[in-house]
Amino acid sequence: MSSHCEHEHTFNTNRDALISALRQVLPDDSLLYEKEDLRPYECDGLSAYRQLPMVVAIPTTVAQVQEIMRICYHLEVPVVARGAGTGLSGGALPHEQGVLLSLARFNAIINVDTENRTAVVQPGVRNLAISEAAARHKLYYAPDPSSQIACSIGGNVAENSGGVHCLKYGLTVHNILKLKVVTVEGKLITIGSNALDAPGYDLLALMTGSEGMLGVIVEVTVKLLPLPERTQVILAAFDDVVKAGTAVGNIIAAGIIPAGLEMMDRLAIEAAEDFVHAGYPLDAQAILLCELDGTHAEVSEYVLQVRDILLNSGATEVRTAKDEQERLLFWKGRKAAFPAVGRISPDYYCMDGTIPRKRLPEVLQTIAELSKEYDLRVANVFHAGDGNLHPLILYDANKPGELERTEEFGGKILESCVAVGGTITGEHGVGMEKINQMCVQFKSQELIQFHAIKNAFDAKGLLNPGKAVPTLHRCAEFGAMHIHHGEMPFPDIERF
Amino acid sequence: MAVKDISKEIQQKVEQARASKTPLNISGGNSKRFYGREPVGEVLDVSEHKGVINYEPTELVITARAGTSLIEVEQVLAAENQMLAFEPPAFGKSATIGGTIACNFSGPRRAFSGAARDYVLGSSIINGKAEQLHFGGEVMKNVAGYDVSRLMCGAMGTLGVLLAVSIKVLPKPEVETTLVYEMSSERSLKKVHQLARQSLPVSATCFDDSTLTIRLSGTEGAVKSAHQLLGGDISSSGLDYWKQLKEHELSYFNGDNDLWRLSLASNTPILNLEGKYLYEWNGAQRWLISEDNDEKIRKEVAQHAGHAVCFRQHGKHEDVFQPLETDLLEIHRQLKIAFDPDSIFNPGRMYAEI
Repeated sequence: MSSHCEHEHTFNTNRDALISALRQVLPDDSLLYEKEDLRPYECDGLSAYRQLPMVVAIPTTVAQVQEIMRICYHLEVPVVARGAGTGLSGGALPHEQGVLLSLARFNAIINVDTENRTAVVQPGVRNLAISEAAARHKLYYAPDPSSQIACSIGGNVAENSGGVHCLKYGLTVHNILKLKVVTVEGKLITIGSNALDAPGYDLLALMTGSEGMLGVIVEVTVKLLPLPERTQVILAAFDDVVKAGTAVGNIIAAGIIPAGLEMMDRLAIEAAEDFVHAGYPLDAQAILLCELDGTHAEVSEYVLQVRDILLNSGATEVRTAKDEQERLLFWKGRKAAFPAVGRISPDYYCMDGTIPRKRLPEVLQTIAELSKEYDLRVANVFHAGDGNLHPLILYDANKPGELERTEEFGGKILESCVAVGGTITGEHGVGMEKINQMCVQFKSQELIQFHAIKNAFDAKGLLNPGKAVPTLHRCAEFGAMHIHHGEMPFPDIERF
Repeated sequence: MAVKDISKEIQQKVEQARASKTPLNISGGNSKRFYGREPVGEVLDVSEHKGVINYEPTELVITARAGTSLIEVEQVLAAENQMLAFEPPAFGKSATIGGTIACNFSGPRRAFSGAARDYVLGSSIINGKAEQLHFGGEVMKNVAGYDVSRLMCGAMGTLGVLLAVSIKVLPKPEVETTLVYEMSSERSLKKVHQLARQSLPVSATCFDDSTLTIRLSGTEGAVKSAHQLLGGDISSSGLDYWKQLKEHELSYFNGDNDLWRLSLASNTPILNLEGKYLYEWNGAQRWLISEDNDEKIRKEVAQHAGHAVCFRQHGKHEDVFQPLETDLLEIHRQLKIAFDPDSIFNPGRMYAEI
């Protein structure tokens, strides 16, 4: 094992020294350290993981962020950056010995450049606010994670967030041009450019999805797209999820890339229908929502083609939204699927695996079997076009042992995604939550390479320690029960 | 079609080079030798490591060994009516998919559909410790671990030997039409920006001499109605024009002067540099044939927050790529150490320091 690659993540912060140093650079209302003030920051969107930070810093200027980083670098204090705190993998879970750096006050849209079709925004700006600001120029920002009303663009970059329109319009990494980043030493650097590329390595790609491990994002330049001339949604019902999956493949085989292609299974349909009355067919085993956008002419052509494909693929019913109101209603059920499931169960746990689409039947079968084994219900919501599966495990945290059972069940689902050539996370990130499953997806040399990358940016290991990439020791403990690609994992290190 | 896995042999050669601290000049089809700084070291030929490993048209993904010929990849896709959406130039029949990705070369469609790096989903590499590593995969969405596969795009082999890449592919457009307009460069830039703000099936623009050429791609109805809206004459050279453009076969590219590639925000005004220009990507990629010296060109481009690459050199140039500022160069150095601690892969090919 390479010694420089491993950080033990143990810190011993002098609280008084830290607070007094931070008070030199921050006004009183930008620094919290009393227990009751820290409470709102103890978790992000994954509330099962909670930890109070030592202090919370809420700077308002880039210069203050630089000062905070210099102080923490000097005192060797861990720093966890936080945007809107909507993340679902515990990526913004605080460190008990560290600073929780909230970027919430960086909420200004600096400019919208209509000719170059870009917007320069601060990291705390909400995802949806960018499209709202661009709308009067008939432009929008394409990635639309379901939390877009609340989640911030800085967090989107840190997680490489997706949404329901990824298949056609890509992820965050495809829709940003430039970042301003404060390094662990407190230097301000610019990554990317207003051009379509920049000299040197593609640091923009490396930074996107790096989960706060490599630097603190303080400004983002995003690309804007012209609003499509027309958007249309088709809803199709199936008496079998496998037929719905085949229909997705048939649409793509016909040379059509829909703007969105979503699938819901029976339990998800029932919950959504009960909640928002979207008019979903309750006798269906699965529904597909297929959104087509573009010019009037091409949408008209595609709507006819897609209807035929769906019927030929065995759809029991195909409906085209008759107006904008009905289109939004069709989507409302899908977008409200998570809270809808929240109404039929005290708690739910959202998974985020991605699989090659053709493996859907066997993965759904595995999930159904595991559901019986663990005696926990599962509702499946699926970004069908790009293979991103969101099984929602229904549980009750008040029943002793049920959360632990749920987490184990979730872990098994992710491992089954890896087994069919997929990944443990399509868009929510690894964070704290999937750190063990990283040991299943990657072999030790690959994890060492990740640690070496981290080391290139943050040799002291202060940025978001313990997240995203597991230590080999952690994997050895977890891996004792797991086999990777038919090999014993980490044959080179000691077993516990 | 030729299929061969020589990854073990490549790995052994890297191991030997590492032991003897011998620099390696990674070579596929050798079609991009002209690009970048002077190659040094012992040739590591990866052209025999070839073949499409997996292609799933309905999953929109192809995985091929790095030495697979680019032409072969494009033929395999065309048989299923699909394509590499970044429309890469080959610059020679021997071009490989590995070299294309290592250079991040993208063609006329780039401003509308994305670059090579946007389509890379996964990669297998050998790092400087002679370890075979795998990152990303064949699925569209994957945020587990740092995005090493995209980092390899454009790194010119300085971080590792590419063994295989998985690339997202797209359906070919149903119909394509090329339209031409006689107008000045100023008016052309204005027109393409105006079009870019509308929902239109434009897939390429190029301004050369006094002609603006626009390509429309999409369904029959979409292309027809867009043509009605935009007017313009159908080009006599048709779709061949775009192939000649991307392969640098247009008469513009003839001559013995340095060819510069200028990468700028698309709305950058006409630059204050003498020479012959050709504008692509709505103005975001500008080719310049100029006798101005490097310093003057880089300074003018930097003033507009862009960067300049001496794409084809006829004289001697110390730097081919725009020099990096100190803090960024330091990150590059550290990343080089992270992947290739003994600096054996293509040293100095991109920058003298890495």
